[in-house]
Amino acid sequence: MKYVDEFRSGELARALAADLAETMPPGRELALMEVCGGHTHAIYKHGIDELLPPGLELVHGPGCPVCVIPVGRVDDAVSLALEPNVIFTTFGDMMRVPGSKGSLLDARSRGADVRMVYSPLDALELARANPEREVIFFAIGFETTAPSTAVTILQAQAEGIENFSVFCNHVTIGPPLKAILDAPELRLDGLIAPGHVSTVIGSHPYDFIAADYGRPVVVAGFEPLDILQSVLMLVRQLAEGRAEVENQYTRVVREQGNPRALAAIEQTMELRDSFEWRGLGSIPKSGLRLRDEFAQWDAEQRYEVPGISVPDHKACQCGQVLRGLVKPWECKVFGTACTPERPIGTCMVSSEGACAAYYHYGRNRPKRGTVTA
Amino acid sequence: MTDQKPESRKRKSRLRDERITLVHGAGGKATHDLIEALFLEELANPLLEPLGDSALIEAGGARLAFTTDAHVVQPLFFPGGDIGSLAVNGTINDIAVSGARPLVLSAAFVLEEGLPVADLRRIVASMAEAAREAGVVVAAGDTKVVERGRGDGLTVTTSAIGLVDERVSLGDEKVRPGDKVLVSGTLGDHGMAVMIARGNLELEVEIESDSASVFPLAESLFALGDDLRWLRDPTRGGLATTLNELTEACGLCVVLEEKALPVREQVEAACEILGLDPLYVANEGKLIAVVAPDRAEEALALLRSHPLGAEAAIVGEVEPEPEGLVLLQTAFGGSRVVDMLAGDPLPRIC
Repeated sequence: MKYVDEFRSGELARALAADLAETMPPGRELALMEVCGGHTHAIYKHGIDELLPPGLELVHGPGCPVCVIPVGRVDDAVSLALEPNVIFTTFGDMMRVPGSKGSLLDARSRGADVRMVYSPLDALELARANPEREVIFFAIGFETTAPSTAVTILQAQAEGIENFSVFCNHVTIGPPLKAILDAPELRLDGLIAPGHVSTVIGSHPYDFIAADYGRPVVVAGFEPLDILQSVLMLVRQLAEGRAEVENQYTRVVREQGNPRALAAIEQTMELRDSFEWRGLGSIPKSGLRLRDEFAQWDAEQRYEVPGISVPDHKACQCGQVLRGLVKPWECKVFGTACTPERPIGTCMVSSEGACAAYYHYGRNRPKRGTVTA
Repeated sequence: MTDQKPESRKRKSRLRDERITLVHGAGGKATHDLIEALFLEELANPLLEPLGDSALIEAGGARLAFTTDAHVVQPLFFPGGDIGSLAVNGTINDIAVSGARPLVLSAAFVLEEGLPVADLRRIVASMAEAAREAGVVVAAGDTKVVERGRGDGLTVTTSAIGLVDERVSLGDEKVRPGDKVLVSGTLGDHGMAVMIARGNLELEVEIESDSASVFPLAESLFALGDDLRWLRDPTRGGLATTLNELTEACGLCVVLEEKALPVREQVEAACEILGLDPLYVANEGKLIAVVAPDRAEEALALLRSHPLGAEAAIVGEVEPEPEGLVLLQTAFGGSRVVDMLAGDPLPRIC
């Protein structure tokens, strides 16, 4: 297929892999974090890890929007979905995430009107079409999806649509990366930064990683050659003793990001004092809420939600997986009690979750060790 | 691998859910668990237990294949077909891949109050045409009407009886390492056509369902006799799920070659945008055949000689291990597992 096959050429991949093997600093063990779940998915789907030279390890990061939503927020969503007269709309992946009292899919089988949408604008359309019902949109995701939520709220305001609200769980990518870099237990040599988020925020927000932590960063696209080339760019920086923010995904990502998208977020949302992340705990200034002037469209202001922090299932190690401390197959319940079909943790639900990616695509691999220092 | 276990399925299923959710209908693991841990447990008998596409019955010296299929699809009409042609072809195909020639059909209709009669006529006319093309008749039928809001427009349940072709004897246990895996044409056309016809994706792509009787293709392969090991039509859950059912049952491994898989460019593009994998998207007019290695080219030629099989391809090979897995050699140069579908295929978030 045009514009896709070019980025998946096996021939180019072999050439890059050979280059990579030559560039590897002799005798060194390198650990690079692919921050984004989309990268994790592509790595296993195309078998990129099998093309890496010995001594080079890829570590999964926290960039999976479904994975980082904690149990308590899922419970809040289920509670909203069970409110009378509500149509609760969500992206498909969130339907199967287990809360402490079941998933949204379970709530649906108990009578809740939960519907899958592909965009918040679809949810707004449902509100227009059903003026006698209340439509709530379960907004999740990093700066990638926040602009579309923001634009939808502005649209609802412009049209005066009052039976629509947003349960806002948007988060920002910088704070969790800082938390991971500050954690003493993980040694990382460089980061493959998320391409889609960067289309919105640009590459500047990663400057602190190079400046303060001395680690190279490469913003990467999602095709297999993008990822392999980004790995090569990182290894080259490390071999040459550099730590810079480089952009591999130049066909999409601009240094300044997308100013209009950022402005829409800025207009409608503000940072919460603190937001709870699965596995990372509460991180200050890491989550977004609707500004007070948009309270009319804020589900958390219009409905009572439990708002309780609920610990993960005892056996679940998603937290450690999200911090790169545990490989999916090292989790005690991986593939046994926790499978994509009967997930215990979010990493097994989302198509971008590391556990799901490994479960679906990687179970034929020899198991490699962890990279904890 | 000559000492395979006679009983087919190895995994013990459990059904832990309190209620039926949509996942139970998606054709993946939950569907299997529901069938094995509930239906099979309650209805157990030697004809049902193999869980083949059809039950094989000996009666008065004849070997018959018997099957049934309920059809629900939204929308009722889609490019390349409608619920009527689907209900005929889907059931006939289950007979055909059991190594049998379809003889007669029955059709039971559940109609929802308010359904336009013109729509019903169009659907039944389309059934008649599909039946004529396949050389079968609808020999029995039933109609019920339910209240508005309780019927999804229309559902059709068809059953069929076929006569087993004496030349072939198909089964999981016949598959050997070294055998070749063939598909009769492009993958994912039906599922993607229906998904797009629902109209909520705002994708403007012309994709037609492949809904068709595969009996002519199957019949051409019957000439291979015992060298035709196994046949299936990869409907719900797609090629991936169907092959996983094979590897799970026979304890062998299937290795697919990504470059060899025939997928229409429109389907590949739509899947790419939606984050879906054509390997998991439903087909309604395709066959998967496993044949002895030295007859693979002949089987390919037989399939390609029929218009429905023009894009047939040899897509993989059976290997002894890793046991029970389906693997894919990626075009990129790596390899991966092709798992059974878990849950509905859902478009990605970002």
